[in-house]
Amino acid sequence: METILEMRAITKEFPGVKALDNVSFKVRRGEIHALVGENGAGKSTLMKVLSGVYPHGEYDGDIVYDGEVKTFSGIRDSERDGIIIIHQELALVPLLSIAENIFLGNERAQNGVIDWRETNRRAEELLARVGLSEKPGTKIAHLGLGKQQLVEIAKALSKEVRLLILDEPTSSLNEQDSDALLALLMELRERGISSILISHKLNEVSKVADAITILRDGATVRTLDCRAAPAREDDVIRDMVGRALSDRYPPRQPKIGGPVLEVRNWSVTHPIDGQRRVVDDVSFTLNKGEVLGIAGLMGAGRTELAMSLFGRSYGQWQAGEAFVHGQKTDLSSVPKAIAAGLAYATEDRKTFGLVLDQTIRRNVPLANLPAISNQGVIDKHRESEVAEDYRRRINIRSSSIEQATVNLSGGNQQKVVLSKWLFADPDILILDEPTRGIDVGAKFEIYTIIRDLAAAGKSLIVISSEMPELLGITDRLYVMNRGRFVGELPSADATQEKIMSMIVKSGG
Amino acid sequence: MAQTIDQAAGTAASTPSGARFLRNNMREYGILIALVVIMAFFQFATGGILLRPVNLTNLILQNSYIVIMAVGMLLVIVSGHIDLSVGSVLGFVGALAAVMIVQWDMNFVVAAILCLGVGAAIGAAQGFWIAYYRIPSFIVTLAGMLVFKGLTLWLLAGQSVGPFPPTFQLIASGFVPDIFNGEALNVFSLVAGVAVAGLLFYLAVRARRQEQKRGTVEEPFILFAVKNALIFAALVYMSFLMASFRGLPNVFIVMALLIAIYSFVANRTTIGRRIYAIGGNEKAAKLSGIRTERLVFLTFANMGMLAALAGLVFAARLNTATPKAGLSFELDVIAAVFIGGASMAGGVGTIVGAVIGAFIMGVMNNGMSILGIGIDYQQVIKGLVLLAAVIFDVYNKNRA
Repeated sequence: METILEMRAITKEFPGVKALDNVSFKVRRGEIHALVGENGAGKSTLMKVLSGVYPHGEYDGDIVYDGEVKTFSGIRDSERDGIIIIHQELALVPLLSIAENIFLGNERAQNGVIDWRETNRRAEELLARVGLSEKPGTKIAHLGLGKQQLVEIAKALSKEVRLLILDEPTSSLNEQDSDALLALLMELRERGISSILISHKLNEVSKVADAITILRDGATVRTLDCRAAPAREDDVIRDMVGRALSDRYPPRQPKIGGPVLEVRNWSVTHPIDGQRRVVDDVSFTLNKGEVLGIAGLMGAGRTELAMSLFGRSYGQWQAGEAFVHGQKTDLSSVPKAIAAGLAYATEDRKTFGLVLDQTIRRNVPLANLPAISNQGVIDKHRESEVAEDYRRRINIRSSSIEQATVNLSGGNQQKVVLSKWLFADPDILILDEPTRGIDVGAKFEIYTIIRDLAAAGKSLIVISSEMPELLGITDRLYVMNRGRFVGELPSADATQEKIMSMIVKSGG
Repeated sequence: MAQTIDQAAGTAASTPSGARFLRNNMREYGILIALVVIMAFFQFATGGILLRPVNLTNLILQNSYIVIMAVGMLLVIVSGHIDLSVGSVLGFVGALAAVMIVQWDMNFVVAAILCLGVGAAIGAAQGFWIAYYRIPSFIVTLAGMLVFKGLTLWLLAGQSVGPFPPTFQLIASGFVPDIFNGEALNVFSLVAGVAVAGLLFYLAVRARRQEQKRGTVEEPFILFAVKNALIFAALVYMSFLMASFRGLPNVFIVMALLIAIYSFVANRTTIGRRIYAIGGNEKAAKLSGIRTERLVFLTFANMGMLAALAGLVFAARLNTATPKAGLSFELDVIAAVFIGGASMAGGVGTIVGAVIGAFIMGVMNNGMSILGIGIDYQQVIKGLVLLAAVIFDVYNKNRA
């Protein structure tokens, strides 16, 4: 099979850091080539070099595409050659229609006047090709994330894509949507379109990839050809982290006590649509020292349940009671919830978790400022000590506590969010997708923190879309679907099949 | 004052070298250097008029109301909002004071306190809609600007009202008395100036000692020494200049106190920390248990009160309330805050930066007027300086 892309000896330096060191990377025509590695391994930098975000001259080495050495000076150049990158954070305009988004910057127009018939006709064709049954006039805001991804791919197809780069395309999709997307990639492969797939989800990678290149610390570790022999996940993980991970979850001896939090008949409606029950009559119990999991598909209402418990931060509360340590407790505002011993670490670190432009030092104590101040005056030394203590204890990799959190990798940002809530010293921690978008090594560290917290007598609720993770770290599981709890089972007895069947039987 | 500039923004260099540190912290130092350069330029270009005691005193009096409002505006902008109504509120409160004191013969202390209360109430009313009903601050305060401009006209019936009793005028035109009875020099003013300079120097040295003890020193010694020596010398020299005229103006004392108090609030208190967090990421702040609505509300109430104080100072200085008082002051105040390094998006900025920004504008106004540059060119030049300052900030941020 011939080669469509060869990146030869790419080296890219930033002041003080070598982000890429002599990396070689080869993609054959019509294959799905997965690029894996821990956060900070250099995957995104390599793709930015390829797509011209870092123009020719800012890196060393050659990009050979279609047999020619290319010197892209911007993203427009690489798009002209059919190299299209779809970023993790989608670049669609929510209030414009599907058709308008597909042809944004590339309008079907004559002399600046848009030909709407042609636009809609072409959009319909493209939507059919990606298997999305929506009208071209539908606004993006009305689509779920999975469908938005498909629109992005349709947009790429409209630009005559030949090499499609997808950066973590499934990280915020549920399993159904992920499968649909992967199926589409395989279909595109049949038509000769090559793809580079950046993903942390190794099960998906091994499902679709023809080849896997593993990066570590800015260098190529190796490229595996999956057609010869299917790649073994454990091998890939070992290459990614540079050590064998004998077990993906830390071992633990649960010591579970009496009830700490009891929630009865909790109901919440949508913030705008007061008729729609997003959380519907949910009751559950959380015990001391227990790690409780909530499984479910995206949109099942798990985040909404957690946020509404945490000071009614989501939707309109309708009914329900909460008992903390047996006492009926008012959780109607965030300060009240914190005072009752609750903490909620969000699934969306950047929007809800961190003040990104501020330093680690200023983010860590934010939820418990009184603990570092006297009469409202902050003790700066105490503040630095606290931040430094957490930086060391839970291993936040950074130059110092004075580093702005925006410059940290996803895993380290997550650790800052966790530090913030640990410093607030809660009894009950709700962790919403605590390992989303972070690499294998950092995941293990987060699991260890969870285990240690439970061992120290804290009670935890973990919401996760990764079922193996839920099975691996929790003691007991609730299954949620369409706003209701549809099942409860000890994690030791649970399997992914059992959970899925509970969801399906409840009417998914 | 300079030790209150937050030096945390730079990324820590493992080996602090002077030039490198300066480059990494250009946002903080650049503004101070700019003020010194601009002052040096006009001192030279005006043949020494700029720093003559009488002119320096005037410069401070002329800019006092802008500085007073810039302190409040900094907090508003850091919280991610803006207040366009301050010029109109200033005019309205000045008019109210004139009506109460001149027409109703009210005691001026009572009237002043009432006026501050009215200012706070106006700020609170605007803050109420902004904080609790999430109406964009731009729109609420734009409406406030029109409303209070109109109410000023109504209150004064289109006429100027004055003059004020002499005791009221002292707010803006009085000087601290010399308890030492110096002959050609207001000795008390000089002593006060030297004492403040010495105190700031001592605080800076103490802070550095503590950093050294903990091994968290970032600023290279040479920069630390030069910066603090400069600040010390400048303060002593300025108080000497003013002492040789009539002494420190009363307004100067008010201003200095406000700067000190608000710097402390912004940098060292939980309230300040929370305001910065709201501006940086309101949702994250809210989910961290911060009562964001209440703080935004209070920030606007505070702004209203400071605008009222500025209104009293301005009316006392003109010795009359006119329907045109405060016209377009809000733009000068907002410009000062942005020149001082605050970010439109919120979460970034310092009180000291805003004050320096106000003085950069003030020195330019004053210097260009002495040079006889027409008001037309003055506007153009001020506009370009604002643009340049913000471009410099953004450029620095992108490079970092």
